[in-house]
Amino acid sequence: MDVVSVEHLSKSYGDVRVISDISFSVHQGEVLAIIGPSGSGKSTLLRAITHLETATSGTIAICGTRILDRGVYADGATLRSALLKLGLVFQDFNLFPHFSVLRNVTEAQVRVLRRGKAEAREVALALLEKMGLAGKASAYPCELSGGQKQRVSIARALALDPQVLLFDEPTSALDPELTGEILKVIRTLAAEKMTMVVVTHEMGFARDVADRAMLIDAGVIVEEGPARELIDNPRNERTRAFLKRFSQTGQE
Amino acid sequence: MVKMLGAMLEGSLVSLEIFFLTLVFALPLALPVAFGRMSTSRLVRAPVNLYILVMRGTPLILQILFVYFAPYYLFEASYDRFTAVIVAFTVNYAAYFAEIYRGGIQSIPKGQYEAAKVLGFTRADTFFRIVLPQVVKRILPASANEVITLVKDTALAQTIGVAELFRVAQNASARQFSTTPIFIAGVIYFVMNWAVSELFLRAERKLAYYS
Repeated sequence: MDVVSVEHLSKSYGDVRVISDISFSVHQGEVLAIIGPSGSGKSTLLRAITHLETATSGTIAICGTRILDRGVYADGATLRSALLKLGLVFQDFNLFPHFSVLRNVTEAQVRVLRRGKAEAREVALALLEKMGLAGKASAYPCELSGGQKQRVSIARALALDPQVLLFDEPTSALDPELTGEILKVIRTLAAEKMTMVVVTHEMGFARDVADRAMLIDAGVIVEEGPARELIDNPRNERTRAFLKRFSQTGQE
Repeated sequence: MVKMLGAMLEGSLVSLEIFFLTLVFALPLALPVAFGRMSTSRLVRAPVNLYILVMRGTPLILQILFVYFAPYYLFEASYDRFTAVIVAFTVNYAAYFAEIYRGGIQSIPKGQYEAAKVLGFTRADTFFRIVLPQVVKRILPASANEVITLVKDTALAQTIGVAELFRVAQNASARQFSTTPIFIAGVIYFVMNWAVSELFLRAERKLAYYS
């Protein structure tokens, strides 16, 4: 069964179509990279899947549960429980500043999954250790570097045992020297067969880590295929133009 | 002299009662008012807007007179003056606090709500655990202003004959042909507000652990 399956998804703001009839699926254990120019609808697509934006029409299923069926959303309870299978990592972290690092990772476990405090703490500490943040549990987000904040937010998402982790440009708010530490974490997760969807401008990373890549431009999927092939030998003219522009202007 | 000070102490207690009772009622009442003001429904928003407009747009002294005398003229019903003062102060201050809350709530970045939603928090949990604690930190300076003003505004209760600190001081002053009691009242107000400022400073320091 596909972890995420999207059929004929569209999203408009008034007359402007941001996503136009997009269909794709995310398979268990794969890493899918979504690339494309700024404003092409990549982020909106992730936000529509996670219900931060409401789609205009189409179908979205998460692990077989349709949260959106031909433009109609499921009831609140179905929606909530299905969305819990998704984890989302934001571009600008969105950590809770008034909580310690530890509590950022435990709070949803306790309040949402109803885990005991001790268990939540154990899960959180193990994840922080894995993210290389073992010594930072009692620190507050304002005391961390951007890269550390993003690793906390990955731990926070993982703590709820999502079936798939979605990344919305996870390195775009970071200094270049800090992007590496985030990409390393994603690489590690990929090696563990974590299902992931990564919206990214890091072409080299997408090529090396992702199994599949998808280029979105002007709200439609322009080309889709094995990541290495798509980035090294793009078939579509628009893909070629985008990648060429990318290698000329350098990395973002 | 001793008798005068005793009377002023009693007046101070009345002022403090007005002060605390107003806070006890106005601080919570302001929260639904703030939500009403932010409501997407015009039907809710319009009356709340009007309420805030009137409360901020007319003198508190007039509102006190209105709350006390309107029931009398309309229904020939009279009631306790002190109660009238508390009602007028509460309704007035709730309007100001509501606007402070609204400013604080609207200053919380959208990303906080989005993160909470993606993590599965209920709307109530999102507000009370994620948003409100951050709002409290942000509105402390503005609230201190308002609370300090309240201490001084309690003097307006004398309008309908409630013997609070300033009224007592004025009476003593008239009896003794001396401004000393009024000066002493000034010192008492100052000391109360010094305590209020100190409390707010401490609260700010306590919440300074994050930014």
